[in-house]
Amino acid sequence: MKRKLFSFQRFLAIIKKEFIQIKRDPISLRIPIVMPIVMMLLFGYAVTTEVDKISTAIFDQSKTQESREYIDRFVASNYFVVKYNVSSERELSDLIDGGKVKAGLIIPSDYANDIRKNRTPQTQLIIDGTDPTTARTALNSGLLVNEVYSRTFKEEAMKKIGSSALKTPGVSMSSKVWYNPNLESTRFTIPGLVGLILQNITIMLTGFALVRERERGTIEQLIVTPIRSIELILGKLIPYIIIGYAGFLFSLALCVFWFKVEVTGSLTLFLLLGFLFVICALSIGMLISTLAKNQLQAMMVTILVLLPSILLSGFVFPREAMPTAIYLIGYAIPLTYFLDITRGIMLKGIGPEFLWNDIIALSIFMVFLLGLATLRFRKSLD
Amino acid sequence: MEYAIEVENLTKRFGSFTAVNNINFKIPKGCIFGFLGPNGSGKSTTIRMLCGVLTPTSGIGRVMGLDIVKDTEAVRQNLGYMSQKFSLYEDLTVEENLDFYAGVYGLPKNVRDARKKELILMANLAGKEKSLAGTLSGGWKQRLALGCALIHKPKMLVLDEPTAGVDPVSRRVFWEIIHALSRQGITILVTTHYMDEAESCDIVGFIFNGNLINEFAPPQEIIQKENAKNLEDVFITYVERVTNTKVSSTFKEMKFLHSNES
Ligand SMILES: Nc1ncnc2c1ncn2[C@@H]1O[C@H](COP(=O)(O)OP(=O)(O)OP(=O)(O)O)[C@@H](O)[C@H]1O
Ligand SMILES: [Mg+2]
Repeated sequence: MKRKLFSFQRFLAIIKKEFIQIKRDPISLRIPIVMPIVMMLLFGYAVTTEVDKISTAIFDQSKTQESREYIDRFVASNYFVVKYNVSSERELSDLIDGGKVKAGLIIPSDYANDIRKNRTPQTQLIIDGTDPTTARTALNSGLLVNEVYSRTFKEEAMKKIGSSALKTPGVSMSSKVWYNPNLESTRFTIPGLVGLILQNITIMLTGFALVRERERGTIEQLIVTPIRSIELILGKLIPYIIIGYAGFLFSLALCVFWFKVEVTGSLTLFLLLGFLFVICALSIGMLISTLAKNQLQAMMVTILVLLPSILLSGFVFPREAMPTAIYLIGYAIPLTYFLDITRGIMLKGIGPEFLWNDIIALSIFMVFLLGLATLRFRKSLD
Repeated sequence: MEYAIEVENLTKRFGSFTAVNNINFKIPKGCIFGFLGPNGSGKSTTIRMLCGVLTPTSGIGRVMGLDIVKDTEAVRQNLGYMSQKFSLYEDLTVEENLDFYAGVYGLPKNVRDARKKELILMANLAGKEKSLAGTLSGGWKQRLALGCALIHKPKMLVLDEPTAGVDPVSRRVFWEIIHALSRQGITILVTTHYMDEAESCDIVGFIFNGNLINEFAPPQEIIQKENAKNLEDVFITYVERVTNTKVSSTFKEMKFLHSNES
């Protein structure tokens, strides 16, 4: 009897068996739900949103209508929450030293006077620099509020005085007015998370797929059957494609409905390319599975793959800012291409004509990794 | 005579360690061959080579006339293997395990159901079809493994310590099945550390440190030749001869010595 090159029946038997095993393993089933929630909340909130509502102390020496208006502007920006009103610089610095407030605003006693006399009043914003992220946000927001205020103030002055007699002090409007650091970082991080989560789920689950058979000894019984490597590898992939893709859809839903980062471009295209990336990530996991002898090894190799992919793919830091060598390593990581695709479609709304490079690169990765995994899997224990 | 297994100068080395050293033997078709030897003597390694799980370092092996290296897949098609460690899926039920192997061996649907029924009956598994394999007790597990190994009606059955950790009654149930299968003409290679089981084999052979230490022969013949009471004594005599040391007393004597000391 000749053994078929590819038997659909054997392939189906593997798929069915894997499905039953996944069904009975609560962890595999929960990962596509739990992981997106945990990761999204972690990266989405802990990293960004915390920096609005900076606790602030105010030292208002002017105590005038004008100074109160200025303070109101700060409060209205939502970046600052006035926790204390103090009456000395000493008191203010104590609050900052004690960590009670992250920022202090000092308004000089001649503030209103300066304004009335058309001079630029000199206010002071003190920021606790120990947490650079908060500090930077506080600084940017403070400057922003100040400038917006100056501008309206200037416009009013112009109306009053007339455009020819422009004697109000030079308040230069920089692009910073339009720059919203909080929103930008969410928009940068959250869509990237969709790809990252997808990758983590699939690599982790498949990384163990073959190793488990080896560790439990079931591989020995499998070896003596007529099964072929390609049937085994593909048969094991199918159920995980579904789990991985479910995780992808779920994190995309969180991204759109919870974080309100909409898909600007074609959703269909994005869903399609997400599928391509799932298979690509699964192949990485499968390759790990053929390399590792036990679950511990699989775990270590998985971490070895995941860590650089988080750092070098451009998920956290823009790749353009990296040294050339590191930048080039990024090209060896499939996630890099998918992040390009994700940000391209979700944020910029560009179509496939701008994404061909990424699509081709991912396809090559998929074929190469899957082929390698199949070749590496030998039906023997040598 | 036609042989089910022919082995010539078969050797397996793991690095510099020789697990199986240049062994030669022939097993006629249709008999039950008991492969005996102390722990770590190379029984499992020999078996794994015959099943194509390990590749021989050198030498030739033929199963049903097929070369174990060149025609590995054809050999596997002819042989049912039950490994030493329970290696079915513990998170699958009895029925699901049988279904899986039926699918992997390419049994058509109608054949499969009939075969499954037959095997459940033969292996005494009735009533446990829906139990997870992991929850079965030792004897049941081993019978399920036997059922799965037989799903494709192999001409030869290779059983590596099928009764390890199985109670005396279940051991007898298991060996009843082995003898029934043998009567159907299936050749059986079985390893065991129970000499009472081994005495019911048609031929037995001893291996020690990777070397064969006797001419394969029926157990009664060997017992007579060595002038021993039973196969257990033969086993001990062989080990003493090869290692040149005296194996201490019988279990009865051990107990006697201890009760004297106290
Ligand atoms: N993969 C391997 N790598 C290195 N050494 C091995 C390997 N497999 C087996 N061995 C060694 O080969 C020797 C023979 O092992 P084998 O499993 O064949 O013994 P056995 O006769 O089946 O013993 P037991 O009765 O305990 O099952 C042992 O010393 C074992 O440690
Ligand atoms: Mg053994």
